[in-house]
Amino acid sequence: MSLTNEHIKNRLVEKFGEALTNFEESHGMMSFHAPKEINLKVLQFLYDEEDLQFRFMSDLCGVHYPDNTGAELAVVYHLHNMVQNVRLRFKVFTAVATPQIFTATQLFATANWQERETYDFYGIDFVGHPNLRRILNVDEMDYFPMRKEFPLEDQTRVDKDDEMFGRGGSVGI
Amino acid sequence: MSDQQHIQLPEGSIEKQTNTLNLGPTHPATHGVFQNILELDGERIVSATPTVGYIHRAFEKIAERRPYYQITPLTDRLNYCSAPINNIGWHLTVEKLLGIKTPKRVDYLRVILMELARITDHLICNSVIGVDSGAFTGFLYVMQYRELVYEIYEEVCGSRLTTNIGRFGGFERNFNETAFRKIQKFLDEYPTVLKEFENLFTRNRIFMERTQGVGAISAERALNYGFTGPNLRATGVDYDVRVATPYSSYEDFEFTIPVGTTGDTYDRFLVRNAEQWQSLSIIKQAMDKLKDLPSDVYHTDVPAYYLPDKEDVYTKMEALIYHFKIVMGETDILPGELYNAVEGANGELGFYLISDGGRSPYRLHFRRPCFIYYQAYPEMVKGAMLSDAIICMSSLNLIAGELDA
Repeated sequence: MSLTNEHIKNRLVEKFGEALTNFEESHGMMSFHAPKEINLKVLQFLYDEEDLQFRFMSDLCGVHYPDNTGAELAVVYHLHNMVQNVRLRFKVFTAVATPQIFTATQLFATANWQERETYDFYGIDFVGHPNLRRILNVDEMDYFPMRKEFPLEDQTRVDKDDEMFGRGGSVGI
Repeated sequence: MSDQQHIQLPEGSIEKQTNTLNLGPTHPATHGVFQNILELDGERIVSATPTVGYIHRAFEKIAERRPYYQITPLTDRLNYCSAPINNIGWHLTVEKLLGIKTPKRVDYLRVILMELARITDHLICNSVIGVDSGAFTGFLYVMQYRELVYEIYEEVCGSRLTTNIGRFGGFERNFNETAFRKIQKFLDEYPTVLKEFENLFTRNRIFMERTQGVGAISAERALNYGFTGPNLRATGVDYDVRVATPYSSYEDFEFTIPVGTTGDTYDRFLVRNAEQWQSLSIIKQAMDKLKDLPSDVYHTDVPAYYLPDKEDVYTKMEALIYHFKIVMGETDILPGELYNAVEGANGELGFYLISDGGRSPYRLHFRRPCFIYYQAYPEMVKGAMLSDAIICMSSLNLIAGELDA
């Protein structure tokens, strides 16, 4: 019996009812949104159930949607059922003012560094994480660089005298 | 400062009983820029605290500003020991988003390059295990043959280490005769070398004693830690993206997935060696299959994303427009969201791409296998000797560039 996206969706709706929203299927992978209060319940349900068995976490990362007021930050989980070779993705949203989300480290050891990375770049506070410190950036950094309010430098700016790099000064833009 | 540096001692202790050793970030035995703060009891490791991020270059952030074709050079610099796999993985991701189908010949040429890259990556990793256990000869010996592969890249794309190979939809130019001759030369010469390399190590008693049982991890823990690639297969799990979700026509090839049993350094070494034989066989099959295909096809017809011939740019209006739009990065990409994985040389290399339809990705996340499995390192070396820690690290095939992105 092969596991279909339809079946996964039915099982999830049966268990969590209206809580899960935005079911979509694109490029063969199903995705949905879950409220942040039940992210661990969803992970645990997908992990435990005999017919689902999503026991491998491929990826965990953050996304910033500044226009999405009240739910600016998202954590994206990619899970994989290796036996049936089915993947799925779900997102958990949180407000940028209260960026607390429960950690998945108890269930997946791999979430440890990936959550640290997400904290490092997006400032998502994983509640219960054993060692939530910056991982790739320096410890002294006081902002979260992957948020959209930090644009990369504009290549056409002229106020900076950067003659050695071919702009500003006597060289012109 | 790590917690391990402030180990709580019983009341009344005179001094700390363990020694702290800073291994790295520029220690010659770490083969890359990462630091490990080891707490040692004599020569036994009590705990290890890895610190990463020394060569973090903010690729994910930079990618949010760059047009799609300018992201390929960023992927080069992730796992620079097998850059073509990263390049082609990125191209496959964008092609999947755009729904571009590539001709069989392009797929097979890509397979050849990816398998060559896998061989170079594995041969470095395995010979470095030798170096760290005191056997330098194997390293010097196989290094010459990496040079042969780099000459093939040079013939195909002009560069050697950071290759920037291919374009969306295919290759920028066809493989020339010399390239095929060099691939054939490599196929003819390398099996003898690999055999000799295996003779040097596989049943070498000293090597076996240095590696067996060192840095072992169970299949269950490995899966929980998100291991993929040879490190996972050494524990006995036969997961390979090339077979699970074939891309670039891998389904047309006959090959097996070598697996180990114990998940220790020795098994990782054996799995990598066995994979090199499989890769050689895949390249041979691809070379045979290429004979039946028209030899002038090297890209698919997607004018909006694939740079036109220079001659056409000067003589045809459409080609000029497309050329300008692509070079200036003004080509919009379809909106969408996808996760695409390829089998990198050290594990599942994933690209999570969110496109909002603009000129550059809204969000691009690289699933970097190194980064994910390096967190298991403290668990793997706990209780081992200092020399085992070094050999275990080299057998994990950590590439600093990929680790830190």
